[in-house]
Amino acid sequence: MYIPMNEMLKHFKQDVPTMANITHKSEQWSPYHDNSGTVLAVGIPGAVIVAGDTRLSNGYNIMSRDATKLSQLTDKCVLATAGQYADFIALRKFLQQRLQLYEFQNEVQASTETVAHLLSRELYSRRFFPYYTFNLLAGLDENNHGFVYGYDAIGSYDKMTYGVQGSGQELVVAVLDNQLKGYNKINKTIPQTREEILDIILDCFSCAAERDIHTGDNVEILIITSAGTERLIKPLRKD
Amino acid sequence: MIDFDPSSFGLAHTYQKEDKDEINTLALPSAPQVIYKSLNGPTQINGGNKLNNFKHGTTTLGFVFKEGILLAVDSRASMGSFLSSEQVRKVIEINEYLLGTMAGGAADCQYWLAYLANHCRTYELKNGSKLSVAAASKFLQGILIGYRNSGLSMGCMIAGTDTTGQHLYYIDNDGMRLKGDIFSVGSGSTYAYGVLDNHYKYEMSLNEAVELGIRAIYHATHRDTASGGVVRVYHIHQNGWTKVHDGIDVVDLHYQFAQQKGLVGDGDEAKQRLF
Repeated sequence: MYIPMNEMLKHFKQDVPTMANITHKSEQWSPYHDNSGTVLAVGIPGAVIVAGDTRLSNGYNIMSRDATKLSQLTDKCVLATAGQYADFIALRKFLQQRLQLYEFQNEVQASTETVAHLLSRELYSRRFFPYYTFNLLAGLDENNHGFVYGYDAIGSYDKMTYGVQGSGQELVVAVLDNQLKGYNKINKTIPQTREEILDIILDCFSCAAERDIHTGDNVEILIITSAGTERLIKPLRKD
Repeated sequence: MIDFDPSSFGLAHTYQKEDKDEINTLALPSAPQVIYKSLNGPTQINGGNKLNNFKHGTTTLGFVFKEGILLAVDSRASMGSFLSSEQVRKVIEINEYLLGTMAGGAADCQYWLAYLANHCRTYELKNGSKLSVAAASKFLQGILIGYRNSGLSMGCMIAGTDTTGQHLYYIDNDGMRLKGDIFSVGSGSTYAYGVLDNHYKYEMSLNEAVELGIRAIYHATHRDTASGGVVRVYHIHQNGWTKVHDGIDVVDLHYQFAQQKGLVGDGDEAKQRLF
C-alpha cells in the first residue's frame, strides 16, 4: 500500500518519520463529569415538596445507590442539584458556610429569596469555568407559600411553582405541565392537596426510572412546611 | 542606536531591550481569565453540550412613539432544543425609570443589568440626581467591551426616561451601542421587524402602539421555533414605566387574530384536508 510522503508526514511532529515522533489525536481531559439523576420540586400554598433520586452514575457505571441530591440550607429552603456531584458538594459547602455567616451577622436565617440571589451570584462568579450543576432552590417565602427557583449552569434564575432538572428532565417536566397546570387537558382537574401532588411526584419518578438509565434506585422526598421538614424514601427500579 | 520597534514605543530611548526580558507594559486589566477554553462537557444523547446550552432564542422589540417607548417581549427560554421555561421575564426592571430587555444568555443579561441597577443607585445617592439613559447604556457598553471575545452573549435594549425625554438604546456583547427608534432583537427579530416596519408611525396612540407590539411578537412566535410563551408589554413615559400586559398567551392571540380575519386558525384555510 503506497502512502504519499506528505500524507504520512502529517502524522509526525517533526519531519523525521521515526517512531518517537508519532502523534495521535487524544481526547482532551475534561474536568466535567455528568453524574446525572433527576430532581424536581413543587410549591403549593403552605408547603414545598422536593424530590430527588439517589443514584449516582458515571457513564454506564453506578457509583452509588445512596447518594442524596438534596441539601437543606435553612429551615425554609432546600437545594436540589443534578449534574456533577463534586460541584454540588462544593456549591453546598459554600452556601452552608455563607448562610451560617449570614445567620451570625443578622441573627436571623436568610429568606428563600436571599438564598436564591446568593446562589445566582455564586454561579455567575464562575461564568468562565462553570459549576456543572443544574439547581433547583425550593422554599417557603415570607407568606409560607412554596416556590421553586430554577437555575441554569451559570446562574440565571426564575421563580416558578414547579421545576425539574437532570437527565430525566425532558421526560418528567411534560408530565408535570399536564398534571399541575392542566396544559393540553380536556377536563382540567388541578390537584389541590399535598397527597395528590405527592402521588404525582412518585408517578413521575417511576416513569423517569423506566425510561432513563441514570434515574432509579430510590427517591428521596423532603416536605418543607412552616412546622418543619418531613423526609420520605421510596424505592425505585434498581436496574 | 534608538530602537524604533513599535512594540517598545515610549520606552525605546530609556530601555535597552535584552533577549531575556519580556516587556509587559500598559496591559489593560484583563477580564476574568478564561481558564478552561473548551468547555466540552460530556457529550449528551441529543448531541448537545449541556454546559454551553445557556438559554438562547427569543424575540424582543422596542420602539419610540409620541407617548414614550413601548417594549414587548416573548417569554420562551430554550436550552438547545429543550424548552427550559415558557414563563421567563425578559424585561428586567432596573429601577423605576429604566428597563432592560434580555436576549442571548439569560444569566449574562440578568447579572449585568442587575450590576447596572446597582451602579445607577450608587450614582443617584452620591450625586443627588438620576443617571441619564445615555450614561447608563454607555456604562454597560464599557463593561461589555472589556469582556469582548470572552464568550458573553447579550443583545439587550436599555430604555428609560430622564430629564431629556424617553430614549432607547441597543447594547451588544461586541460593545455596540446604538440609539434608535425601532429595535428588535433575537432569533424572531426578522419577523417582528416585518410587522413593525409595516405599521409604525411616530404619531401612534398608546393603544395602537400596544396593539402593534403584541402583533409583532405574536407573528415572531408564530414563525420562530425559539420564541413563544406569553407576550409581556411595558410602556415607558415621562413618569417612569408601566407594565401594560403581564402575560398574554400567544396561543390565545393566534385564534383571536384568526377570528378577526374571519378564519378558524387551524392551518387548513383552503380546506385541502392536509391532515
